[in-house]
Amino acid sequence: MSVRSRNNVVVTGSGPTVLLAHGFGCDQNLWSRVVPMLAERCQVVLFDHTGCGLSDKTEWDAVRYSELDGYADDVLAICRELDLRDVVLVGHSVSAMIAVLAANKEPERFARLVLLTPSPRYVDDDGYRGGFSRDDIDELLAALESNYLGWSAAMAPVIAGNPDRPELGEELRNSFCRTDPEIARVFARTTFLSDNRDDLRRVTVPTLVVQCRVDAIAPPEVGQFTHEQIDGSRLVTLDAIGHCPQLSAPEITAEAILEFVGSR
Amino acid sequence: MRPALEETAEDLYDNAPCGYVSTLLDGTIAKINATLLGWLGYSARDVVGKKRFPDLLTVGGRIYYDTHFAPLLHMQGELGGVALEMKAADGTRLPVLLTSKVRDGLLIRTTVFDARDRRAYEEELLRARQQAEQERDKAQRLARTLQQTLLPPVLPDVPGVEVAAYYHPASLDLVGGDFYDLFPLPGTRWGFFLGDVSGKGADAAVVTSLARYTLRSAAIDDQEPAGVLQHLNAMLNQAHPRLCTVIYGRIRPDSTGATITMATGGHTPPLLIRASGAAEFVRMPGGQLVGVLPNARFTTTTVHLGPGDTLLFYTDGLTEARVDADTRYSEEELLDDLSGPATARSVIAAAAALLAGFGDGVEDDTALLALSVQLPGATSPVS
Repeated sequence: MSVRSRNNVVVTGSGPTVLLAHGFGCDQNLWSRVVPMLAERCQVVLFDHTGCGLSDKTEWDAVRYSELDGYADDVLAICRELDLRDVVLVGHSVSAMIAVLAANKEPERFARLVLLTPSPRYVDDDGYRGGFSRDDIDELLAALESNYLGWSAAMAPVIAGNPDRPELGEELRNSFCRTDPEIARVFARTTFLSDNRDDLRRVTVPTLVVQCRVDAIAPPEVGQFTHEQIDGSRLVTLDAIGHCPQLSAPEITAEAILEFVGSR
Repeated sequence: MRPALEETAEDLYDNAPCGYVSTLLDGTIAKINATLLGWLGYSARDVVGKKRFPDLLTVGGRIYYDTHFAPLLHMQGELGGVALEMKAADGTRLPVLLTSKVRDGLLIRTTVFDARDRRAYEEELLRARQQAEQERDKAQRLARTLQQTLLPPVLPDVPGVEVAAYYHPASLDLVGGDFYDLFPLPGTRWGFFLGDVSGKGADAAVVTSLARYTLRSAAIDDQEPAGVLQHLNAMLNQAHPRLCTVIYGRIRPDSTGATITMATGGHTPPLLIRASGAAEFVRMPGGQLVGVLPNARFTTTTVHLGPGDTLLFYTDGLTEARVDADTRYSEEELLDDLSGPATARSVIAAAAALLAGFGDGVEDDTALLALSVQLPGATSPVS
């Protein structure tokens, strides 16, 4: 199985390579509003994390993907298979930490890192405020569980994605945030219970931290912390509200990314 | 005259039997009806322009809103039937069902339904499902354990004879009725049997267990193979309304190989593969099913295995495996597929590979037992 089909890799545009990694919840569609702007000046590479969107769900493995390292290895595998060099890796939400891990493993592969609404740790700790308690995370898992009652085994083949039948894509339009409940549960745990604060200090690739003015999941103080931990990083606060500025404020989000891609 | 019933739009909005809330695209509350305010214990001035809709949710619900709800709404313009919990001013939780629609790209209109009853019902379902999963797990563990007690943990060494066996369960939930055993008899002889009790599950397991112990005790009494089967027949005939097919035999190693004397009770014929690779079934016509007739007849035959000869016993899970929707595997195909020089181990490996190849087509449990005499110079395998 090639990595290209396992992770439903899509390439568009030309110029410096920008690899976009989506966060917990949906899939590469989350980037759809910024892709046209980025593709005017860059080669944009999109993919679905294994287990999400139109990736090959049979390649998903509960053990491998209970660590963000599993996802980071996938990012590196995509870079290798497509022979991507001097990559600007943009990670949203949990993928910001996946990007950090990938860049720490193979720094020579990456020209720049963009961490969009990142959080190195969601759960509060001594002297650190991530914004959530352990109980909050359990509550999220319960919310996931109750919303997957509507998920039925009959939908599984459609959701699982079938590269031989592209017409299924249309049906999927309305369900791109649907995931096998087991996969979603593991991804949610991995996402919200990880602690990558120490990894931030090891980043050597030039980094931009992009946060929103108001974000319940990654509050500004967490963005500030991330920026302070990464030596020489820049911090941009967008005049946007919510956790997905690429959807709610696509122009200023694309602008921030492009400005950093072109910077020296 | 009765006054005409008049509904004003304002009253319809405010006192609707569901909650209404309109927000800006970023979630800031722009308008909210009295019903929802009443449920949550807020006044309009507490929330309008001051709170975002996700602020009214539990923390877990807020994460779900930001990672699933909001992106879907942005992408699709509408979203329905999402189950979340709202948090009232006094901290109590209200399970709700939300349906949202984006209006003119400027506003999000959301209806909120009280889902307390439905949530209680769903939680009941969820609990029932989790319990069912646990029960199933328990049943499978029990079936596995029970199955293990019906098969020998290891086969004994028989001098000059290689022995191998394999058991393929068709279901994780039910104990199958197939069984085999190989054990020493007084003198330099060994007894063995392989059979299939009709049916599956606990009832079949009881009969399988009874059959095993009856065969073993009759064998120790040193009866002739047909006599051993008669003993089993008498036991099953009076005690249980189940029937079984079985082959019981004795192995007597000698200087030129081994002599196998066996009796069949309606069982599939064993496959004899000579050292040359030529294969044939050892037919023993006339052997009747065990457990049906009070005085069943069993036929006995003797085969001599020379160096390189192999004898394979199997149950019909193998020969009746489904190849596709319309066809089943057959004895003829088995003969073709397993012809060629073999040893007990290699023929078991080949038959196990056939079973693996059939996948779900194997509808019944399958037991395999093979005996072979080593070629001169072949090293005795360590077992």
